[in-house]
Amino acid sequence: MSRLRRFGRFWWEFVIGDDWLVAALVAVAIGATAALAATSIAAWWLLPLAVLLVLWLSLRRAIRSA
Amino acid sequence: MSTGNTFLVLSAFLASAVEMVEALTIVLAAGLARGWRSALAGLGAATLALAVVVAALGPALTAIPLDALRLAVGALLLVFGLQWLRKAILRASGYKSLHDEDAIFSREIAEARDAAHVERAGVDWYGFTLAFKGVLLEGLEVVFIVLTFGSAQGSIPLAAAGAGGAVVLVAGVGVAVRAPLARVPENAMKFAVGVMLTTFGIFWSTEGAGANWPGSDASLLGVLGFVVLSSILLVRLLRRERRTRLRTAEVRA
Repeated sequence: MSRLRRFGRFWWEFVIGDDWLVAALVAVAIGATAALAATSIAAWWLLPLAVLLVLWLSLRRAIRSA
Repeated sequence: MSTGNTFLVLSAFLASAVEMVEALTIVLAAGLARGWRSALAGLGAATLALAVVVAALGPALTAIPLDALRLAVGALLLVFGLQWLRKAILRASGYKSLHDEDAIFSREIAEARDAAHVERAGVDWYGFTLAFKGVLLEGLEVVFIVLTFGSAQGSIPLAAAGAGGAVVLVAGVGVAVRAPLARVPENAMKFAVGVMLTTFGIFWSTEGAGANWPGSDASLLGVLGFVVLSSILLVRLLRRERRTRLRTAEVRA
């Protein structure tokens, strides 16, 4: 494996970890919070609920693949 | 000290203590199996490399505008924290085996004793690289947490103080007992770190995305309570589900 590939893989595992879906859904949830914050509706409640959902989905995936 | 700063010191302390316990296990294995000279040289070289990373990235992070920093740091901490929390919940509910420092230590010792002896610059190369890689990789997580927490909360020195306290404590106990710290409630500490990282991640990402928290900094306590209660609920749900599965499997057998 080339050094560049090993370097990329290290950072992928360091930041993204075992489940890429967590990173993808967190990005979507932050984007949705930003979109809601741009309107007159309160947006602070969105991310906590989204995180709970993401955690649940990720746990189900981990259990299924175990 | 404000709520945010108290969380900051506590989070940096806990995260650093967990990583230090793991690094200590590797350095002890390298020292006992390959000699202390090479293990301590590896430890010193890794510490130096980590200091260079801190010196290079620390000032760069403080130059970024706070809102953009909180958005980027919050998102990173959230992804990072959910990784820790996910593993901690799987361990607490029985779906993943507990982290066992004694077993890791035995495996590292066995591998280190079997490796060939190659001497470079007066030190045993295997012992040096084992200690260097172990300390560098575990230390990078600490550096990441200290720099991101510290810069987003506006105080890298406070975060560094929390991490420094953990380093001194774990190193002191490690030197005193000269054995892996298997009795440290590592999984409970990892759970706490996962909760802290996720809490800060939610808080800063929301602020960085342009939303305002009711009650400003005080709402950190509310987010913390929400993450703790959700995690406990998930552990209980998964434990019950696992028990039901095992009972069904027993009946079928």
